[in-house]
Amino acid sequence: MSAAPQKAKAGGGTIDVVVRAIVPLNDLVTRFEFERPDGAPFPPFSPGAHTIVEMNDDGRPRKNPYSLMSDPSDTSHYAISVRRDDEGRGGSRFLHTAVSVGDRLSVSYPVNLFPLDLRARKHVFLAGGIGITPFLSMIAQLERQGGRWELHYACRSESLASYADDLTGRHANKVHVYYSDRKEALPLEDLLDGQPLGTHVYVCGPKGMIDWVKTTAADHGWPGDAVHAEEFLAPQPGDPFDVHLARSGIDVHVEPHESLLEAIERAGVDAPFLCRGGACGQCETDVIEADGELIHADHWLEDDQKASGKKIMPCVSRFAGKKLVLDR
Amino acid sequence: MSRFQFPESIASRPVYGTLEPRPGKAHLMIADAEGAEALLDLAVRDPALVRAAHIIYIPKGTGESYVPRLEMCGPAQFHVAPSYEASVPRLRRVLTDAHMGLQLYLAGTEGLMGQAMSEAIEHGLPQRSIQREHRGSVARRMQCVHCKGITEDVTTDPFVCAHCGLHLFVRDHYSRRLAAFQGVRVDAEDPGNVPDPVELYQ
Ligand code: FES
Repeated sequence: MSAAPQKAKAGGGTIDVVVRAIVPLNDLVTRFEFERPDGAPFPPFSPGAHTIVEMNDDGRPRKNPYSLMSDPSDTSHYAISVRRDDEGRGGSRFLHTAVSVGDRLSVSYPVNLFPLDLRARKHVFLAGGIGITPFLSMIAQLERQGGRWELHYACRSESLASYADDLTGRHANKVHVYYSDRKEALPLEDLLDGQPLGTHVYVCGPKGMIDWVKTTAADHGWPGDAVHAEEFLAPQPGDPFDVHLARSGIDVHVEPHESLLEAIERAGVDAPFLCRGGACGQCETDVIEADGELIHADHWLEDDQKASGKKIMPCVSRFAGKKLVLDR
Repeated sequence: MSRFQFPESIASRPVYGTLEPRPGKAHLMIADAEGAEALLDLAVRDPALVRAAHIIYIPKGTGESYVPRLEMCGPAQFHVAPSYEASVPRLRRVLTDAHMGLQLYLAGTEGLMGQAMSEAIEHGLPQRSIQREHRGSVARRMQCVHCKGITEDVTTDPFVCAHCGLHLFVRDHYSRRLAAFQGVRVDAEDPGNVPDPVELYQ
């Protein structure tokens, strides 16, 4: 389909890193900074890109995507900010509790599913909570290039507003923070009104916020291609199930707290992926037989594809039933 | 009937649709000649939309035939201009003051729609905020590739360049920036061997 060279390994190559700093920002969010063991520069990335951090969580391999939030022009290190999710499946808790400075990890080459549209005459960033991270690298680039931007950042409270002080300190006129514990709401309608022609909107945050921004912008007459969104779905735990991988000729048992993709990888099968969050389409897999219900959780497949029962996105979706056979 | 079905052509040639009411914070409608019919149709489908609109109308050869009917739709602003060129200062002012959420509706000849669209894009209006419906004359705005002069309202192929006088062959190759099709000398290989002009699309 595309002329891009085939990658040797699913998800692209990985880079060995050493944890150079761990900086707690507040009760929930911590910044992790990585450098390479030999001090070599990292591959450059475009703002909005994410990397997948590979972890060995008590014998269970985890690969979680995080937005790169460091300045793209600084290739001496990569930085991510991670929100601890105690209910989640563990990757973020593992980083918060089991990783120390000096530890070795490996991270994927950056992949960008949320790039700046450089044709825009102005960029309006809408962040909800930890959704602030991709905007930090975007702001760094636009500041260097003299691009026009503004940020509207909705947080729960002042104590949980990661980077809000830093941002308002440096860009007082361009950064607006709204605290929900003070009953402040992001004034979406007002701020969409009156934006100059050629403005693009970017939203990163919870699904409800993304849907709200997309519908409101459409109602105001913004064309869809001027509204960009990034939402990573964390794979949700669920009931265990079994799957037969027809091409590899093996049976795999998927545990409650691992994704189908993770189970396939654990069985030694090199399955494709890029985002591991149901967004990129890379892991799309043909369903050969399904006696039961496919539990689709991605926002890649179209509704009719989901209904057809012929496709599944193993990074986030699950299965309940008697028998599942995949073309993998 | 003011509609014409253009034959299939190369990718560079613009294609036109039917104006649809769309949600938006402001609505600008620009039409020339029979393009008024597309706006009147729109007013039947969504009278409130046209009442909220700013209409710039260039009657060209149609004189007063559409002006009263457009006025009766009750647009928020209605401006009749003697030519596209004469309407440009107003169009530029409207676009300079415009914000995201503006919808632009263009109707009429290819020359009008192409020029207004390129002006709007120049001002940053996203292409997806622009709709076009062809009505009326199939005449083309042509650029001579030799002298770069523009000849308006070309209806035959070949035609004579209004600037350098060469006989030009009418191509479907289109420039969105210039809002013009390309005219290339028809007798370059064999000077003087100029085929008889035929009406476009005959
Ligand atoms: S890896 Fe991106 S959709 Fe599954």
